[in-house]
Amino acid sequence: MKKKKIDVMERVREASKAVITGVDDKDIEHWVDIHIMGKAYQVPADLTIMQAIEYAGYRLMRSCGCRAGFCGACSTIFRRKGEYKLQGAMACQTRVEDGMMLVQIPFSPAEKPLYDIREEKYESSVLLKYFPDVARCVSCNTCTKSCPQNLQVMDYVQAALKGDFRGIAEGSFECIQCGLCAIRCPAEIVQYHMAQFARRMYGRHGSPRDKNVESRVGEIEKGKFNDEFDRVMGLSEAELKDVYTKQQNTREVY
Amino acid sequence: MIPYFPGCTLKTKADFFETSALRVARCLGTELIELPRWNCCGTVTSLTSDDLIHHVAPLRDLIRVEDMNTSGEIYQEYRLVALCSMCFHVLKRAHLRVMQNPGELEKINNLMYLESDYQGKVSVLHFLELLRDIGFPKIQRTVKRPLAGLRVSPYYGCLLLRPKEVAIDDPEDPAILSHLLEALGAEVINNPFKTRCCGSYQTVCDKAAVAELTFDILSRARQEGAECVITSCPLCMFNLADRQKEVREKHPEFEPMPVLYFTQLMALAFGLDDVCGFDQNAVDARPLLQEKGLSTRGAS
Repeated sequence: MKKKKIDVMERVREASKAVITGVDDKDIEHWVDIHIMGKAYQVPADLTIMQAIEYAGYRLMRSCGCRAGFCGACSTIFRRKGEYKLQGAMACQTRVEDGMMLVQIPFSPAEKPLYDIREEKYESSVLLKYFPDVARCVSCNTCTKSCPQNLQVMDYVQAALKGDFRGIAEGSFECIQCGLCAIRCPAEIVQYHMAQFARRMYGRHGSPRDKNVESRVGEIEKGKFNDEFDRVMGLSEAELKDVYTKQQNTREVY
Repeated sequence: MIPYFPGCTLKTKADFFETSALRVARCLGTELIELPRWNCCGTVTSLTSDDLIHHVAPLRDLIRVEDMNTSGEIYQEYRLVALCSMCFHVLKRAHLRVMQNPGELEKINNLMYLESDYQGKVSVLHFLELLRDIGFPKIQRTVKRPLAGLRVSPYYGCLLLRPKEVAIDDPEDPAILSHLLEALGAEVINNPFKTRCCGSYQTVCDKAAVAELTFDILSRARQEGAECVITSCPLCMFNLADRQKEVREKHPEFEPMPVLYFTQLMALAFGLDDVCGFDQNAVDARPLLQEKGLSTRGAS
């Protein structure tokens, strides 16, 4: 006997709809036509790209994370209707537009070297040792244009050629490691991994030590907070909830 | 205040070239300010007719100069001073190329569609040209420690002189470094090989060929009576100084010859002992300078 085929996509799609929009389809006035991976869908007009993909019935196993623009997992590539340029963005931070063609990037297959920042010398040549591709930069600025964080990516790549660890660290501080720069770079530079390496090197060898942190770490090592930890660890669940609630109600946060 | 373009090498391997030059300029009453957000000059000039992408980098730097004027950081100052011969060469050729080919400039401006267009206003100068404009008599008056008795041979290489559209001096018989050395009180030794190629980037794949050129250039300088050689190019510096190791392997009789940036000798003559950077040269010039009674005080 032939088993009845269940369309999983259809069921996910139906289950997702109300959850995503919060209202019934019949109450939605504005709709847009989009293409996801080459297939046509009609979705409510004010969804983000990520919501639109889920509304259409896809269940994202990769390419999604915090849904708040911070984690960098949901790199997406799209083309607007009538535009020849490919755009990159975070799927959770960009709204769908009529005629958009969408594709999710599950992962940036960029090369990432292994290093031990404790062993490396804090000098300019170490950047080119692990990321020699940086020297191929032709200053086209494609990376900067592709950055969803609006970082001056080309500037920090150029800082790498100058051996300016601080410049890279500060220029890339808000990088969310989405990898769109590396995907778009015609010189195939892996900007975000290079920057992460530089930030680590700068953090370990370059940036000034913070005295407050050092003295607090010293206090912890001397056992200043051991009694307090023991007390908290010994509390029952109810007592712990009580302590937490009281702590949340005080202004003191530490 | 004049914007200047350091280039990658001056920020890494040749930082003493930069520090000495900046202090020397200040001594002469000229403040050089580092071009904001500068990027690599492109390192080599692409001669391929349809390869425009490699001219984007140098043009971006020229745009930064125009942007400085627009923002009011500087006023009606469209000179850009380069120290490295390579950067000078690439920046100037990029400017000349797009001035001669407006269609190419339009294409490049279109590529940079979210940024300022290049207006073509910038004039790229090598630091030596700036010194010539400041005037050798003024340089002479600034000298505190004349380099008397030091026999120095200028070496130009190719980037400052060829092709002639970018030349800072007579491409066949340049004299700008000689004039400078005279102002510093040094004895100028003319080397007929002063404009020969040092081997340039061949140094990456064919050390032996470059070592042979270095051997020819430096041996001839010595034959003419030179005790040290000066240059303005970090790549010439590498080939003439660092490659002496390979020269000695093939020619054991070859005696090491100090090769210096011209700004190091200027700093020495101006009494700027803390920025001479003599401890950074591949071939130590300090024994020679000591012998001539030109030792610096302190570390360098």
